[in-house]
Amino acid sequence: MIRRSVLGAALTCSLLVLAGAASAKDWKTVVIGMEGAYDPYNLTDPSGKIVGFEPDVAMDVCARMKVECKIIAQDWDGMIPGLEAGKFDVIMDGMSITDERKKQIDFSVPYADVAAALATAKSSPLAKLAGAGKLVNFDKDKAGGAATLKALRDALKGKTIGVQVSTTHATFAGNHLKDVATVKEYKTTDERDLDLKSGRIDAVLDDETELMAMLGKDDAKDFAEFGPRLTGGDFGIGVGMGLRKADADLTAKFNTAIKAAFADGSIKKYSLKWFKIDTTP
Amino acid sequence: MDWLTALGFGERGWGPALLQGAIMTLLVSGAGLAIGAALGSLVAWAKLSGVRIAGAIGEGYAALFRGLPELLVVYFVYFGSSALLTGAAHLLGVEGFVGVPAFAAGALAVGVISGSYQAEVFRGAFLAVAKGELEAARAVGMGRWLMFRRIIAPQVLRYAIPGLGNLWQVALKDSSLISVTGLTELMRASQLASNATHKPFAYYVAGGALYLLLTAFSDRIFEFAERRATRGMRREAT
Amino acid sequence: MMSLDFIEATFMRLMAALQVTLSVWALSVLIGAFIGGGVAWMRVSGVKPLEWLARAYVFVFRGTPLLVQLFIVYYGLSSFPVIRASVFWPFLRDAFNCATLSCALCTAAYQSEIFRGALAGVPPGQVEAARACGMSSFLLFRRVIFPIALRQALPAYSTEVISMVKATALVSLVTLWDVMSVALKIRNDTLVTYTPLLIAGGIYFVVNYLIARVFIFLEQWLSPHLRSRSA
Repeated sequence: MIRRSVLGAALTCSLLVLAGAASAKDWKTVVIGMEGAYDPYNLTDPSGKIVGFEPDVAMDVCARMKVECKIIAQDWDGMIPGLEAGKFDVIMDGMSITDERKKQIDFSVPYADVAAALATAKSSPLAKLAGAGKLVNFDKDKAGGAATLKALRDALKGKTIGVQVSTTHATFAGNHLKDVATVKEYKTTDERDLDLKSGRIDAVLDDETELMAMLGKDDAKDFAEFGPRLTGGDFGIGVGMGLRKADADLTAKFNTAIKAAFADGSIKKYSLKWFKIDTTP
Repeated sequence: MDWLTALGFGERGWGPALLQGAIMTLLVSGAGLAIGAALGSLVAWAKLSGVRIAGAIGEGYAALFRGLPELLVVYFVYFGSSALLTGAAHLLGVEGFVGVPAFAAGALAVGVISGSYQAEVFRGAFLAVAKGELEAARAVGMGRWLMFRRIIAPQVLRYAIPGLGNLWQVALKDSSLISVTGLTELMRASQLASNATHKPFAYYVAGGALYLLLTAFSDRIFEFAERRATRGMRREAT
Repeated sequence: MMSLDFIEATFMRLMAALQVTLSVWALSVLIGAFIGGGVAWMRVSGVKPLEWLARAYVFVFRGTPLLVQLFIVYYGLSSFPVIRASVFWPFLRDAFNCATLSCALCTAAYQSEIFRGALAGVPPGQVEAARACGMSSFLLFRRVIFPIALRQALPAYSTEVISMVKATALVSLVTLWDVMSVALKIRNDTLVTYTPLLIAGGIYFVVNYLIARVFIFLEQWLSPHLRSRSA
């Protein structure tokens, strides 16, 4: 029988410890969750190490913050539960900053923003759409955006367009294209590209870096980009780190470090290395 | 990167990673099946015992885990047990997140699911045992343990083997869901490779081929077991 | 997050997706039963080449994950120009057709093994007695083998049928959005961790429970003589 006083002391001790644990954290180590399956943001090399744009940025930013960062692999389904449970403190996985998502978690300032573009078969009538290569920002150029949208909708009438599920492209297609065209959502871009090549879909909408990578391969020589490049509006302000709302101090630290990394061109360097273009927002 | 380099064992090849994934799959499925057998026979026994409370609990367990999608069970087992462990750890003064070892959580999840199905297999197998034999055993005065050891267990196993063979295959496939715990088994390894190399076809086929190999291996074992268990039994029914 | 609006909206979206889940499931189980029956018949036919073919079929379709099979039927086949030009293309072009076909082929393998096991569990004594009475093969099958085998197959068969309901969660690979996939999609869009999954889990549970009840009823209806059994 444990004596009452000992039990009481033990309880008090654990309560004190809990109270201590609840106070503001002194960030010495930060655990970052990444999928390792989202080329080129992050991917896994054969030895199991996670490499890519985001690991480079993370290491750089953490060094500036003078904290030790650990990157662990987590598949997407377990990402948010892992963040909430405390398994890691940050999510870096090419997550677009959206208002919907801001209801649940906090985001850092964006560290990359890739414009969206379209691709189709060279032989398709879509390939002739006007405004090829022009960047249209739905936030900054309301009139131009509306005109572009109308032209796009007219061109895509009755056609099928493929997007990746749960991306800003899917949101855009769902909001603006679903009533004139058939929108097919795919779990990965590789699968969607396969369907483009086999003719099941007529066009794809994706990050222009993704399309550049796809079109650069041999088996895509019959395909090309078409139409304008799109940004703003449904496409959001870019990709950011996800943090728990309770860790506002950590978010602030990361924001400072990210801004510094932009200022001296480090992030641009990583961007050119992995994306081949500058993705500064 | 051509096929040979991509799948091979060289520096940029994914061969070793896939093989490691295959071994992990095997281990987790095996552990899961064992846990499932223990749980399943318990539940079958509860259902057959005639004791209503036991039967109801067994029924409830089986209904719950047969009815829920496997992914959810894996989630709840992993994050639920981790939350419990973290809570207990906090009481002892440990900070931060304490996770249940990924392997244990994965095997437990597979086992809990498998157990609910194995209960049905064992129950069906038990019901196939000739009633007359049980009566005769009791008439001769066999104790319950002896009856179990010499009459029930061997025959139940004999009838259960085809069903268990099926459930082993199911366990192998269920193990592909435990990647949420952080464990890299075969399916996850294939997906990582496919994403890194942008060759989904190659890796789905390679992953599938490895699963086939695992299956071939286990099929052999189950066939051998079935043949031995049904020695002396006449099986002709057509 | 836990707002009633969100829960209600999620529930409605998931219920709409239930139609996809159930139609793929029902069709593939039905078609799978026919194919599985055929394969099981081949397996016990005594004709060596047929037996070997059946064994190979079961081996491949039980031994590979359904995900891989879905991938090959939908993406793999379509990558061959000769398929795209063939008479099968209008059928294979459609995601629903491919998904149902693939699921049917997969469940057929499992179902054929269940049938085989059930047939093997028919007491040989009863078969002998029937033959001794002069029963024709067809009458033997109809009156002795089939009823007994059916009864024995039911537990394992209900397992497989319920498995298939959950297996349909994989069809998002081929752009079909069933209940589980829509729940995961809502999760990714809103980052609400558990609510969509709990609602989806609830829906699956209810559906599976109803199916299980039907099978229990069938079992009891078909085996009145076993009802008072205990250990």
